[in-house]
Amino acid sequence: MAPAQPLSDTEIELRLLMEAIYLKYSYDFRNYTTASQKRRVLYALEQLELPSISALQDRVLRDATLFGRLLQFLTIPVSEMFRDPAYFLALRRHVVPILHTYPSVKVWVAGCSTGEEVFSLAILLREEGLLERTQIYATDINPASLEKARQGIFPLEAIRGYTSNYQRAGGLSAFSDYYTAAYEAARFDPSLCADVIFADHSLATDSVFAETQLVSCRNVLIYFNRQLQDRALGLFHESLSHRGFLGLGSKESIDFSGYADRFDTHARSERIYRKVA
Amino acid sequence: MKAAGTHRSFPARRVEAVVLGASAGGIDALGAVLEGLPAGWRIPMAVVLHLPESHESHLAEIFAQRLPISVHEALDKMPMADGCLYFAPPGYHLSIERGRRFSLSCEAPVLYSRPSIDVLMASAADAFGPSVAGFLMTGANEDGAEGLLRIHRAGGLTAVQDPTEALVPTMPLAAIARHTPDHVLPLRDLRTLLQQLEPAHAH
Repeated sequence: MAPAQPLSDTEIELRLLMEAIYLKYSYDFRNYTTASQKRRVLYALEQLELPSISALQDRVLRDATLFGRLLQFLTIPVSEMFRDPAYFLALRRHVVPILHTYPSVKVWVAGCSTGEEVFSLAILLREEGLLERTQIYATDINPASLEKARQGIFPLEAIRGYTSNYQRAGGLSAFSDYYTAAYEAARFDPSLCADVIFADHSLATDSVFAETQLVSCRNVLIYFNRQLQDRALGLFHESLSHRGFLGLGSKESIDFSGYADRFDTHARSERIYRKVA
Repeated sequence: MKAAGTHRSFPARRVEAVVLGASAGGIDALGAVLEGLPAGWRIPMAVVLHLPESHESHLAEIFAQRLPISVHEALDKMPMADGCLYFAPPGYHLSIERGRRFSLSCEAPVLYSRPSIDVLMASAADAFGPSVAGFLMTGANEDGAEGLLRIHRAGGLTAVQDPTEALVPTMPLAAIARHTPDHVLPLRDLRTLLQQLEPAHAH
């Protein structure tokens, strides 16, 4: 093996910043992938008008408010409703019929960000007659994202794309039945998420809180290195009941993790897996 | 390694990986650069081509039919294997991490592009330092200019399609405006340059 490329000064500063944040605020970003974390921190420097990562570390240690702002850069609140319609169609066709055999169902949306995926699942479950007996847990580490998720208000300009996704995901109604539009925003029917538990939970530092039949965690693990991915997959495996379902993002794969043989494939291209032993 | 049909001879250069980017007209340009790669090709390659986000990409299938090497759409944490060609999936940024694995990201588009050539190339500069070559071809925006500069600053090799030949010269011109590439060449000679690169002995 050729000698590895030595750590750059920026990478050293980045590691020190994440260590400082962990020691001070207990948010653990130490095992996030380097390339995207570096981009986000450099972008934060520009926005916060700070000259270096070391300067940012110095400030963040002493200023909790600044850390709250930095947190918005470190997490990635990019989501859309019914993203990858084929995933939701596969849930409808290949997972819902099995969930119907349970007297009650628990679903964990891990890394729910601003709630688009939660509302998508709630709509799907209502249309399939399951929402009434389903408990959804929606968790994220970012309190600002969780607050947005609770409100269920999304920009009106995004609705056209969501509507198309919803239709391709096998939607049974008119998408407009689920929201009222006002002031450039679409407010989704609050009854959809009336029983959702939104909670602060870290896949990096917290443990399992409930037994679930479906875990949906899409485009969250891509920001984790393999060590942290394995921790998260371990939590999902522990949380899932016998033969429970795990849904990942369309370009994520369990094949490169330590859990490749702890799940089998239920819908291959839609990235739906089932727990084995 | 000497490639058949070589028109020019370039100084010997060892690299661990090659990254390539293009936009408008990029499929044909990439096809021309990769044409005639030998079956025993060793250097791993990663490509960003701009395509509409909403469509599933068939790039891997298309190029698998044309080339004698293994071609994949990159998945998150997939190892970058010797001799293989990888395409960034539409709608995701593609990065190469230390340890020669890919990572994906849904961060906002960069210069209206996701995947972004800049993102791939900057990550390759960090992961491989001087042991990477970056190729930038035809395209209608300025993506790739920053990434190629990062490769150049890390000591890597940079090559840009001759803008007078490019179907859309904006992308090559933007790159040349940011730094003086090691090579500015027509596609035919980019192909020769690529085939004359030698694998660094990483294993």
